[in-house]
Amino acid sequence: MMELLGKTNIDFIGKRNISFVISSIISIIGIIAIIQMARGAANMGIDFTGGTSVQLMFDKPLALADARKALHSGGIAEFELQEVKEGNKLLVKLPRKSALAVGKAAEIVPAAFVKAQPGLKVTVDSTTEIGPSIGDKLRKDTIIAVAISMLGIICYIAWRFDFKFGIGAVVATLHDVLAMFAAYYLFGKEFNLLFITAVLTIAGYSLTDTVVVFDRIRENLHKDLKGSLHKIFNSSINEVLSRSIITSLTTFLAAISLFVWGGEVIHDFSFALLVGIVVGVYSSVYVASPVVLLLEQRAMNKGESRTAQPVKA
Amino acid sequence: MPKGAGWRIALIAAFVVLSCIYLVPTLSPKLPEWWKGMLPKDKIHLGLDLQGGTHLVLEVETAKAVEGTLDLVATDLEDTLNSKNLRFKRISRTASDKVSIVLYEKDTAAAVQKLIKDKYRDYEIIPTIEEGGMVGVALRMKEQDIQDRKDKAVAQALETIRNRIDQFGVSEPVIARQGINQIVVQLPGIKDPQRAIALIGRTARLEFKMVKEGVSPTGGAIPEDSEVLYEKHTDPTTGATTEIPLVVHKKALITGDLLTDAQVRIDSQFNQPYVGIEFNSLGARLFDQITAANVNKRFAIVLDSNVYSAPVIRERISGGSAQISGNFTEKTASDLAIVLRAGALPAPVKIIQNVTVGASLGKDSIDKGLMAGGIGVALVIIFMAIYYKLSGMVANLGMVLNILYLMGAMSALGATLTLPGIAAIVLLVGMSVDSNVIIFERIREELRLGKSPKSALEAGYDKAFLTIMDSHVTALITAAVLFQFGTGPVKGFAVSLSLGIMINLFTSLMGTKVIFDLFLHKGNVKKMSI
Repeated sequence: MMELLGKTNIDFIGKRNISFVISSIISIIGIIAIIQMARGAANMGIDFTGGTSVQLMFDKPLALADARKALHSGGIAEFELQEVKEGNKLLVKLPRKSALAVGKAAEIVPAAFVKAQPGLKVTVDSTTEIGPSIGDKLRKDTIIAVAISMLGIICYIAWRFDFKFGIGAVVATLHDVLAMFAAYYLFGKEFNLLFITAVLTIAGYSLTDTVVVFDRIRENLHKDLKGSLHKIFNSSINEVLSRSIITSLTTFLAAISLFVWGGEVIHDFSFALLVGIVVGVYSSVYVASPVVLLLEQRAMNKGESRTAQPVKA
Repeated sequence: MPKGAGWRIALIAAFVVLSCIYLVPTLSPKLPEWWKGMLPKDKIHLGLDLQGGTHLVLEVETAKAVEGTLDLVATDLEDTLNSKNLRFKRISRTASDKVSIVLYEKDTAAAVQKLIKDKYRDYEIIPTIEEGGMVGVALRMKEQDIQDRKDKAVAQALETIRNRIDQFGVSEPVIARQGINQIVVQLPGIKDPQRAIALIGRTARLEFKMVKEGVSPTGGAIPEDSEVLYEKHTDPTTGATTEIPLVVHKKALITGDLLTDAQVRIDSQFNQPYVGIEFNSLGARLFDQITAANVNKRFAIVLDSNVYSAPVIRERISGGSAQISGNFTEKTASDLAIVLRAGALPAPVKIIQNVTVGASLGKDSIDKGLMAGGIGVALVIIFMAIYYKLSGMVANLGMVLNILYLMGAMSALGATLTLPGIAAIVLLVGMSVDSNVIIFERIREELRLGKSPKSALEAGYDKAFLTIMDSHVTALITAAVLFQFGTGPVKGFAVSLSLGIMINLFTSLMGTKVIFDLFLHKGNVKKMSI
């Protein structure tokens, strides 16, 4: 049989101090990203802020400086330009306070370009206009959606395993989510509805790896009642390491084809998925299990039994 | 045959057949006649992000509808009191739910109150107040009636918008109410979104008002019964617009609801399009009376507070037809005719969301999405075949079944496929082999312990079962939340994902297992290709 990794014996748990530092840094960047979002200092999509974005396609390349000039002379004072990777495309974002009436941007913006550069052929790829009330509602809905799904996951894991595992799973999931925020923030990607979709998808998906590891730990705890917790956790992780990697690898293969060939609209979305998938493997090994071990050891120090609670299933 | 394999195979085959049948309407553009009678007609719809189109959310300003109704009450009271020779100082709407009448004498107040009681039973009468020698009477709309009026306004607006879109000509539009005062409009494949948006968002309140002669619109006070409106002129050569102010009576003599028809006509003299309108019998009679009484005076044709034209009445016009001319192009004239035919909105609407995707971007998205999907599937298939050999191929077969079932289910539900939906399917391809990976790794472990292929298989499926259940349930929890809160593309993603997760559970635990059982059931297979 073909094997990606032979029998491994890596001391994952022993390295937990290093991994905790790494995870903390990732999480802190993620939290900073969220704070920046709340302050409006991050690259927010207009789905949340309200406003207008118009994506244009030109028949020949157009320098950003020229585009800026064209818009200014067209009487549009406040805007943000973003280059689109493929083709001669440009994304023009107008903030919500600029006084264009909804429904008008798709006329005014291309008209400004045609006026400044006669002979330029401009096609409107897409227009998105979001009124302030929609943006506000969406922000509220998003927070509720993330909260509900987290709560659902905690309840399920707590019911299937025990509370300590539940906490481990949630810490790991939160870590994955924060890592996605951090990556998006560091790369200056736009936080929009598709990003939130990717986050929730990964929140559900990354648990697969965690559950695989937890299942094995629980199984080994029942089999080996005398060994040290440290050893049992380590060997459990090593035993399931290759399957954790392979399950993520197959999904990674699918996601990377979306990233490379899927086109501009889902490019950033698949980037978020890729980050989430990779971080998901890392967190199931380096975050979820060490957290459970920590809780188990603390419980043991208080004189409780070492083994996990009996399984309800 | 191993025990129980028969019905499992039958179930799998039945689902395959069902999926294929359900997919026929999606795949074939034209269904034969005999198909339509009894076989499924639902198909997978393409989201607006894939086929291009416009998604609008409109908010009906329902408070304005209530105000409009009360304004009518005020006008009506004015006429009634005048005809009964009851003297009053002023009748007007003084709050969003209240009409106040200011009278000179207490005696008239009693008469007016009685009149209101008879005529406006549904209104609440506010006790008379006396102030500075004047007597005030007021009536207020009841809360319940206000809600009804608002509700009706949204329903009417929806009907009117539907009419306009039908006349504009869009195939398969979606027009639906959302929440209390919102209307969602989806126009797939629309070529000229700007024009459609303008057409839908227009209130189209047509009014005929007399021009107040002898009052300058620019300087001095405007009489209380009058207002200043503007007539826009666009120079056809320079494109410059000028606005000419005009003082008109506030009271409209004729309104657009008295029309029966509106058509674009071409002026033979100047070759200029105009809109010819026909009044109903009441409108025709009013128009006849008004023109007869106001020869050589000007009246203004006002649409949504913009004056279109203000011609001088040369002679009495009978017969009930008139024309609206202005600086029309063929298109603007035809759009005006559409909104006049479809009628005015009961209240103004505000466009609060507009997502328009051009057809070329949509085409690009679908092409790239399908290509990325194809490559993703190929990568996974190759990986599984190399890593797990024949067993990997079984997993691949399971994955293909998965996709087939998913498409069939989406077709049966008439679900909408969006670009994120395609992403979800590609992701599911990865996830669907995951379950098999977990099972296979478990089987390998059991084989290493020296078990026979058959018992290793049983143990592998048994022990992996709970893990697979867990991971599917957690993924389903988030997919369900996404479905609840998402709209448009995100909802499409959630639909594909949650259906896929459920189907995946079936194929990984039933579909692939039965194939292994068929091979291994005799127990004499020495080696497993895994």
